[in-house]
Amino acid sequence: MERAEEILRILEDNAKVSPKEIAEILDMKEEEVEEIIKKLEGEKVILKYKTLVNWEKLGVEEVYAIIDVRVNLTREKGYDDIAKRIAKFPEVHAVRLVSGEYDFQVVVKGKSLKDIAFFVAEKISTIPEVRDTVTHFVLRTYKEEGVLLFEDEEDRRLAIVP
Amino acid sequence: MKKIGGLQLSRKVNEKVANLKPSGIRRFFDLIIGREDVISLGVGEPDFPVPWKIREEMIYSLEKGITSYTSNQGLPELRNAIAEYYEKFGFKPDPDRIIVTTGVSEGIDIALRAIINPGDKVIIPEPCYVSYEPLSILAGAEVVKIPTTPDFKPRYEDLVKVGKAKAIIINYPNNPTGVSYSQKDLEEIADAAIELDAIIISDEIYSELSYTFKHTSIASLNGMEDRVVVLNGFSKSFAMTGLRIGYAIAPDEIFEAMLKIHQYCMLCAPVTAQIGAIEALRNGESDLERMRAEYLRRRNYFVRRLREVFEVRMPDGAFYVFPKINANSEEFAERLLFEKNVAVVPGNAFGECGEGYIRCAYAVSMEKLKEAADRIVDFAKRIG
Repeated sequence: MERAEEILRILEDNAKVSPKEIAEILDMKEEEVEEIIKKLEGEKVILKYKTLVNWEKLGVEEVYAIIDVRVNLTREKGYDDIAKRIAKFPEVHAVRLVSGEYDFQVVVKGKSLKDIAFFVAEKISTIPEVRDTVTHFVLRTYKEEGVLLFEDEEDRRLAIVP
Repeated sequence: MKKIGGLQLSRKVNEKVANLKPSGIRRFFDLIIGREDVISLGVGEPDFPVPWKIREEMIYSLEKGITSYTSNQGLPELRNAIAEYYEKFGFKPDPDRIIVTTGVSEGIDIALRAIINPGDKVIIPEPCYVSYEPLSILAGAEVVKIPTTPDFKPRYEDLVKVGKAKAIIINYPNNPTGVSYSQKDLEEIADAAIELDAIIISDEIYSELSYTFKHTSIASLNGMEDRVVVLNGFSKSFAMTGLRIGYAIAPDEIFEAMLKIHQYCMLCAPVTAQIGAIEALRNGESDLERMRAEYLRRRNYFVRRLREVFEVRMPDGAFYVFPKINANSEEFAERLLFEKNVAVVPGNAFGECGEGYIRCAYAVSMEKLKEAADRIVDFAKRIG
């Protein structure tokens, strides 16, 4: 288990590191690493390998919005049921049950503000259990998945030091 | 007034300084300047920036206008924190015997100047950090170097052979070899120091970067606290290199002598750095662990790769590996730089017995380290 955790920590940071390199880093056999990764994939501990892209740099427009959703619970429908229903929309990037004034935080990804406005009005608000929503458009992202999306902290060290 | 033209200034420079050899590292540095895309494994400095919370504390202190002198010894709060912290290395020093210095470099200098009378012998096991010998010479000592290759550890027999010595300078985990000393190794050195009636100057700057076993301060051995000057600092563990902040823990009389020198030459360590250091000791543990874990991974990877072509002793700590290259180290390093754009430091920069080795610092990203390893292995295979 401990080995699995170490492997996951490396992959979480960089999914491109090969089993051979991981084996070298952790002083293990390559086959052993491959086997553990396969097992973790099978058990759905590893869900997906993804690339974090700074789309803004490429000039590609993407609009994100965070929607606070308050719901009415009924005998038949609890948080899980409502959340699952919301999560199934392809536009929905993330759904989280949160504490505070609202019940869910829903992150929605769309091509334009209009897209998202339409989605909220037509899809989310029309769910019978939804009481009210507040939509916050994301104006700019500075940090995502622990990665800074702005230039910072270049290596200023001298080439040779004692 | 008489005409004074034609004065040869070189004659006026202190003889000891004039005769000092320039650092071997310096020459190599000149070779690198102007070259582009060099992967440098020549940097004895963490590649992480100072953890953000430490920087925040320093920023706040500046905003509050805390920019004045502190007491010569350093902020009492910091000295107390150091005393508490040092318990993890085996003993709890009296905060009144701690001097906050501008890095370990100052610590070595004032420790040597505090104890050396002209002609006193100072034993330096080599390969070692580049400044021990010059600082000893400047303090007026006669330097006795003890080669430690191939296992890089000083032996009892070699130490006591010197006969009479004022001090022994040790550094573990070691720059450039990465080797550290076990309890048994330390006992052997301590026995030799007692036999020689010598003071040990123990540079423990890499104490937090110990991977194979837990670092123990030699001052924690039975009765050794009275004979050891411990030097440590924040440059390597908390990546605070340019902030120049360290400390010395010394026995009473030596402490008094060191403090006098410190007070006249340095007055006090920079207050901003002292405030950062307090935060580092109080809340820096998680950052430390993160960095240590990363260095450990890099060490494992890099040593394995180098072993494809060299004989390499597994380093116990720091972020250096010192492979045996079986070639002239300066030529090797120079060609590696010109042909493969990888900078390493020739082993002879750390003492004659370091000839035939190179120092590679793995304080670069895994990505760069991989590229550097590919190039070094390729180069070594080609030159056979």
